[in-house]
Amino acid sequence: MAQIFPKSANAWSKASIFAVLGLVASLGAAIGALQRSDFVTAANTFKDQPVQFSHQHHVGGIGIDCRYCHTSVEVSSTAGIPPTKTCINCHSQIWSTSPYLEPVRSSFRDDKPLKWVRVHDLPDFVYFNHSIHVTKGMGCETCHGRVDKMPLMRQQNTLQMEWCLNCHRNPEQFVRPRSEVFTMGYVPAIAQRELGPQLVAEYKIQSLTNCSVCHR
Amino acid sequence: MSAEQLDLNAIRAKLQGTTGPQYWRSLEAVAETPEFQEFLHREFPANASEWNDPVGRRGFLKLMSASLALAGVAGCTVQPDELIVPYVRQPEEIVPGKPLFFATAMSLGGVATGLLVESHEGRPTKIEGNPDHPASQGGTDLYAQASILTLYDPDRSSAITELGEIRPWAAFVAAIRGALSAQLPTRGAGLRILTETTNSPTLAAQIQQILATHPDARWIQWEPTTRDNVRAGARVAFGDYVEPVYDFTKADVVVSFDADFLAAENALGVKYARAFASRRRLDAAAAAMSRLYVAEATPTVTGGRADHRVALKASQIETFARAVAAKAGVSGVTGGAPAGTEAVVDAIATDLAAHRGRSLVVAGEAQPASVHALAHALNDLLGNAGQTVTYLPTPEAVPSEQHAAMRQLVVDMDAGRVQALLIVGEANPVFSAPADWKFGDALKKVAWRAHTGLFHDETAALCQWHVPATHFLEMWSDGRSIDGTAAIVQPLIQPMYGGKSPHEVVATLSERAERSGYDVVREHWAAFAAQGAAAAPANPPAAAPAATAPGAPTPAPATLTTAATAFEKQWRKWLHDGYIAGSAFAPKAVALSPGWNATPPASAGTAGVEVVFKRDGSIYDGRFANNGWLQELPKPVTKLTWDNAALVAPRTAEKLGVRNGDLLSVKMEGRTLDVPAWIDPGHAQDAVTITLGYGRSRAGRVGNGVGFNTYALRGSSAPWFGAAEVTKGDGTYQLVSTQDHWSIEGRNLVRSAKLEDYKANPAFAHEMEHMKLSDGLTLYPKWEYSGYSWGMAIDLNTCTGCNACVVACQSENNIPVVGKDQVANGREMQWLRIDRYYVGDIDNPDTYYQPMPCQQCENAPCEVVCPVAATVHSAEGLNDMVYNRCVGTRYCSNNCPWKVRRFNFTLYQDWETESLKMQRNPDVTVRSRGVMEKCTYCVQRINSARIQAKREDRDIRDGEIVTACESACPSQAITFGNLNDPNSRVAKLKADPRNYSMLAELNTRPRTTYLAAVRNPNPALLTNPTVGGHHTESHAGTTESEH
Repeated sequence: MAQIFPKSANAWSKASIFAVLGLVASLGAAIGALQRSDFVTAANTFKDQPVQFSHQHHVGGIGIDCRYCHTSVEVSSTAGIPPTKTCINCHSQIWSTSPYLEPVRSSFRDDKPLKWVRVHDLPDFVYFNHSIHVTKGMGCETCHGRVDKMPLMRQQNTLQMEWCLNCHRNPEQFVRPRSEVFTMGYVPAIAQRELGPQLVAEYKIQSLTNCSVCHR
Repeated sequence: MSAEQLDLNAIRAKLQGTTGPQYWRSLEAVAETPEFQEFLHREFPANASEWNDPVGRRGFLKLMSASLALAGVAGCTVQPDELIVPYVRQPEEIVPGKPLFFATAMSLGGVATGLLVESHEGRPTKIEGNPDHPASQGGTDLYAQASILTLYDPDRSSAITELGEIRPWAAFVAAIRGALSAQLPTRGAGLRILTETTNSPTLAAQIQQILATHPDARWIQWEPTTRDNVRAGARVAFGDYVEPVYDFTKADVVVSFDADFLAAENALGVKYARAFASRRRLDAAAAAMSRLYVAEATPTVTGGRADHRVALKASQIETFARAVAAKAGVSGVTGGAPAGTEAVVDAIATDLAAHRGRSLVVAGEAQPASVHALAHALNDLLGNAGQTVTYLPTPEAVPSEQHAAMRQLVVDMDAGRVQALLIVGEANPVFSAPADWKFGDALKKVAWRAHTGLFHDETAALCQWHVPATHFLEMWSDGRSIDGTAAIVQPLIQPMYGGKSPHEVVATLSERAERSGYDVVREHWAAFAAQGAAAAPANPPAAAPAATAPGAPTPAPATLTTAATAFEKQWRKWLHDGYIAGSAFAPKAVALSPGWNATPPASAGTAGVEVVFKRDGSIYDGRFANNGWLQELPKPVTKLTWDNAALVAPRTAEKLGVRNGDLLSVKMEGRTLDVPAWIDPGHAQDAVTITLGYGRSRAGRVGNGVGFNTYALRGSSAPWFGAAEVTKGDGTYQLVSTQDHWSIEGRNLVRSAKLEDYKANPAFAHEMEHMKLSDGLTLYPKWEYSGYSWGMAIDLNTCTGCNACVVACQSENNIPVVGKDQVANGREMQWLRIDRYYVGDIDNPDTYYQPMPCQQCENAPCEVVCPVAATVHSAEGLNDMVYNRCVGTRYCSNNCPWKVRRFNFTLYQDWETESLKMQRNPDVTVRSRGVMEKCTYCVQRINSARIQAKREDRDIRDGEIVTACESACPSQAITFGNLNDPNSRVAKLKADPRNYSMLAELNTRPRTTYLAAVRNPNPALLTNPTVGGHHTESHAGTTESEH
């Protein structure tokens, strides 16, 4: 009886083992990449807002401090979205007739709040607190990116747990002096390799990775 | 419920012998019924995890096809966009994400409790006690804790109606003013105002002003459970309505004649529980332990704390009191003790005589005036007046005997003498007035009748007009506490359902222009301030507000400004502090009137069976019937939920031939009620206790049709107790008690000793351990906690089992309500339960309560079995529960020796009702179906304190983190803190020799530990087997067969 498989089948079958392994691995890698992709994390996407507010203009151009609008960032869990009054402080004087700002003026006039669409949306079972991160020398820029270069707000990072833990496990790689927390485009004066551990010790930064720190 | 009649004799034999447990949780447990075994071995009864709802095959297929189609989709949905809605103009003091606390007060039964209410961006979410309030001192009761749910109740009435048609407020004002002016020619002879017991000085002054212009009008204060007997007793003894206020901190010996002074439902429980606990705490600094004698019919939380409890029929208490008074030497009193109590009477009399000026005799509100008079005479004789008891003006501005006043109202209505009736508040007389008065029929004869209340209840249904009332968290008002301290009630939120406060409704009855509740209250207290705090009489005279009425001469502008500024400052301080300094009453000097003992002694108790009516331990007099937290709360003694029952003594049950759940037919004066029996160890024999408030028909979606309407049985001649004919009825009814749920078999979980034995051997609790452990038992290296290490100590000697902590926990941690059917399956969700244990004879056992939160074990059995690491240990010793990781295997719960884990079998949480969403604590995840949950030691509070401390660059201070249960506890039995700080309160308590951990032999090393209970029985009575005194070292009671 003739051989069913030609001799070359040996080579094919050996190759197929590696091909299957490779397929599995690349499938895993693909899923992993998809999981971290902007498609899933919603990073680098833009949301329609009532007013297309430009951080680039207000922060980068005019140089307004983050805390002028995000007033509770140093005391509360949420950084705070400014009340319409904050916009009107300036815009009753400048661009006070711009049609572009009509939603702001009508909000103030009719006492109806502006409804912004959340850009950095953590899952509801995560409890993040801005004030403690700011106190411990985490710059706004570290998580939110160069907002002074964002004409439209976008989420810079994945906001996934591995991303959180990367810093919670290695705070010395990211910490900066408290005086530089609100600086955009901060460059450490000495190498972060040396500065980081110093600041971690000085600010008594703990590497808190217990579940109940964020989930409760 | 057992299928067979429980063999009580066998139970007795077991308890007396050495084969039964020393501490037992229920009769079923001692008898080892199959049902109990089921709960014990299976955690949830068989088939409890199956879907039992009547869903047919077709419905099932429909559901399944939908869920199959959507099963995979759920995981792939893109999260919908979330909106951020900032303020337009942000109020100055609001910081988004940080709660604010406002001081206010809640009045119940004519007594106010000082509160601090947590508010998140304008939403009140949690009630805390106000530690600065002189009367309540930071404690709260379960009603205050649960009131937040009533605020958001979607069933509250939301529109002003006339005969069912929605009307504007102006129409009501016009109608009521029309009714009022029609009364002017007759000096108001046809006008009646019916309110609850009014401890609001402002409301009282408002009504008295109306009475000044309509002198023949009448104001009736009435509630279904009045304190008439307390008032009448004081009048008999002293010729005056005074409020006896007790100081348990100074009392070495306390005798209670049916007085349940520690219970939440008597309105003073918060104040008295704290004071009483201070004499039961055994730390070195505390004064000597007090001794409590209680004579009562129904087992109560106070009876549970007693060192000697005497179970007597309610009608026999007077004989008992008389015998004590006679023995103690009160002149003019004679009488022998009821059979079997001679020794106790002797012992009490001797004990009282030995503690002159340091003893206290308290009579209960259910007892007739003569018993109160006897108590007053005893306190007078013993020199306690001015020492342990002071007499103050009553907290209600106008004290009255409400029963008689209400009777007069019904007679007037029947005779057609009432043309206009305004009913204010939650008393709900159509439902709750004595059945023989037929209040509803009489009410229909009134031409113009209006009702204002939170709900469109039974009374509202018979009134033409209904005005939705404001919840106390929505209105300006005020209220006096038992010591007279007044507190301003300030609103936390705008009325959610457009309600009007009683002040606003009553204000429409005057000719003055309409005023807001704020103006009314402020005007009243401006007058008080103007008189000067020092010169002010206890109750500002009724006419006082009129002094500032328009038309009064106005002071010169300069003076006005200064005075106004000064008052504004004072007003703000009152609001901030939560009470009005200087408003407490000065004691009244009273003397025993010569004729106090004129009433002839009552007969020596009713023959035959008698019925006792009591307020319910969870829904009060029925007003909280639509509150799911309270309905599902296991009642303090019986642990029944979602029902009331006829509580009977084991012997009486035997005599009647009933077991738990069998219907009893109770007949009183021709009225009959069928109500299921529940065997209550320690209940007086030949007596049946039925609590009030159930069987509502217009309570709302939670309370409608739940339980049995006791008011239908309760007549005017016997509002508290009376003779009845009790026979076994037909059929049975499913009662649900949580007592056998989460059972742990045969271990010394609760431990106690006599005071003498404790003194001889303070570490007695450790000798009751099942097995001694050496330190090197575990293979794992010991973990060193370098930072904080959290722990909790619970003092079993001060816990009264009042349930305030359970409701506080439910409120703080967004715990759902599951309903009676689910509770019957053992699926109740309360993270904190209070286990009840009995010791001794079933006819009069001692009772112990043990709050059971998660034990937060060091070597936690739950952690090692979780396949997805959803429950893990934290570096501060917490046993973290990660909801988002949980896949619902329930292995952790199976492996938990304490059974403190709760599983969301179905979607228990209400995700639909908008108003309830506002109640939720935003700092705690709202759990969904299929997730395990449990006590977290209020980790949200720990985190918030940690962040605060770190921002201030310091350590967390002792006492800075207060868990919800600890904060609510009126007797301060729960202490939480850092075990690594040797100076923390909790570390000191853990060093106490009484401190023990449950199931120490398992070496799980719980962080929640208990301080063993100590009883202080009278040595002279120790031969009496039914009271006090238990051996401490017997292990015989535990069942060894387990290992």
